[in-house]
Amino acid sequence: MKTPEAIKEFGFWSLFFLIFGLAPILDNSEYHLMLATHILIWGMFAVAFNMLFGVTGMLSFGQALYYGVGAYSVGLLVRGFGDTWFLPSIIVGLLVAVAVSVLLGLLVIRVSGVYFTVLTLAFGQLAWQVTLKWYHFTGGDDGIQSIIPPGLLGNNRVYYWFTLALVALSILALKRLVNSPLGLTLRCIRQNPERVRFLGRRVRRNELRVYVVSSFFAALAGCLMAGADNSIHPDMFYWTTSGEVILMAVIGGIGQFFGPFIGAAVIIIIQDYVGARTEYWSLIIGLIMMTMVLLFPQGLVGEIRSLRTRLVSGERNRS
Amino acid sequence: MDAILTLDSVTKSFGGLRVTSGVSFSIDRGSISAIIGPNGAGKTSLFNEITGYLKPDSGRIIFQGAEITNLSTREIVARGMGRAFQVTSFFPEETVLDNVRVACLSRMDLTRKSIKSVSRFTKATDRAVSILESLGLDKYAKRPAFELAHGDQKLLDIGIALGIEPKMLLLDEPTAGMSPEERLLTRNLIQKLWKEFNLTLLFIEHDMDTVFGIAQTVRVLQTGRLLAEGTPEEIRNNPEVVTAYLGEEVF
Repeated sequence: MKTPEAIKEFGFWSLFFLIFGLAPILDNSEYHLMLATHILIWGMFAVAFNMLFGVTGMLSFGQALYYGVGAYSVGLLVRGFGDTWFLPSIIVGLLVAVAVSVLLGLLVIRVSGVYFTVLTLAFGQLAWQVTLKWYHFTGGDDGIQSIIPPGLLGNNRVYYWFTLALVALSILALKRLVNSPLGLTLRCIRQNPERVRFLGRRVRRNELRVYVVSSFFAALAGCLMAGADNSIHPDMFYWTTSGEVILMAVIGGIGQFFGPFIGAAVIIIIQDYVGARTEYWSLIIGLIMMTMVLLFPQGLVGEIRSLRTRLVSGERNRS
Repeated sequence: MDAILTLDSVTKSFGGLRVTSGVSFSIDRGSISAIIGPNGAGKTSLFNEITGYLKPDSGRIIFQGAEITNLSTREIVARGMGRAFQVTSFFPEETVLDNVRVACLSRMDLTRKSIKSVSRFTKATDRAVSILESLGLDKYAKRPAFELAHGDQKLLDIGIALGIEPKMLLLDEPTAGMSPEERLLTRNLIQKLWKEFNLTLLFIEHDMDTVFGIAQTVRVLQTGRLLAEGTPEEIRNNPEVVTAYLGEEVF
């Protein structure tokens, strides 16, 4: 079926693989490879977070919890049983994240709006505190170092391809979800939850579904990051991690599927570029954030889209 | 005749305020009838009780032979009760088509599907398109719903309700906020939908031309009580109703 939608999707994936596939071939720098890996992982994390926020209207301030669960599952298992456990530990991390998100989800989705946000924040901080204090198990403040993926994956370039493949698959799955009946139902819940009940659907049940899905991919991001950085630390659970992913989504545009990914790329590049020149890089991020929220509330991708719509309709009016 | 909905001494209070006071009536399957009454008479509250949005303090509500008094909205809707709202209720950012399509998907129990695109669900899509055609909204199918004119949004609200294939449909002031021309069109449309979709229709309305034009039975509510029930002719000539609500000038 060749609809404009299908052509657009094909174009999008071609561009995605062109940029991220060619990047390590055109540029030999190990440092840039690391940046690209980070963009991929955070990009997926932000897109998954936006399933909750932009799509369903649930502002979770605690997705760091699942990011941390993924990272620590990999870190603890690799430290305890050796690097052959790297791949199985990703599966363990994802399973733990699903289990935790179902249990916590049943609790946090009972409230909506700002109460939901605060409750997710509280659980995230709780996990951070536990990780920090439980020194002999988690390594406390020190985190866990030298998490080296086994065999070929130990090569940064191979690990990059591995990450690219998993991120592409994840984003494909999430894109499918957004365009599916479940995705439509979730968007309807954001816009008018009461009416969804009058369609004969359970609002809370669907909120739980998307909470688990989003947390699953947050955990995958954490797992991948453990292997990318070869080390993990308790701040992966800290509220700033949850905050950063919100920031990425807002800057890129929460109304667009791919907006958060672009937002992640922008923030990581700014952090890197500005961070190398001044220690006040967070001030720059703050200024950009203020400008975006005040002048371009739809985010980068959203504003570009509406600019294009305006231009196109302007031409139509003139002709 | 066979009753689809029966209310038996339904009562509901908010603190000291009785919004529904021992209301009992039966509605015949396949009928079209109206509820009228002054503002604050408890008309919308009654709809809320029938659809499980409010729980009555006492009394029973029987729908299609089973008691629904304490069921949730979701369960009542699943048994075939549809509703359109006084304050127009729809999904503003979705397309007009998707507004109705999500209802059709829900009816077919497909809203858990998470891989195939909505457009690939052809049965639900065809059904949604045919509902839009019945409402005359098919030309706007691809537009986001917030772009529609108010009158069309009211129709879309009805379209969403039709998507769940209700046996009985409650309409809360379907012509509110419309121009006289739109009212006439909507009145004819409601009558057409009633026949086309084999509905039992119950509507709240302030526009007396609509009420007396299409209702087979009219019920009058006042301060939560059922003041009168009868054919349009009987209601028009009921002295109690005339003094309480209609006033002399209507005739």
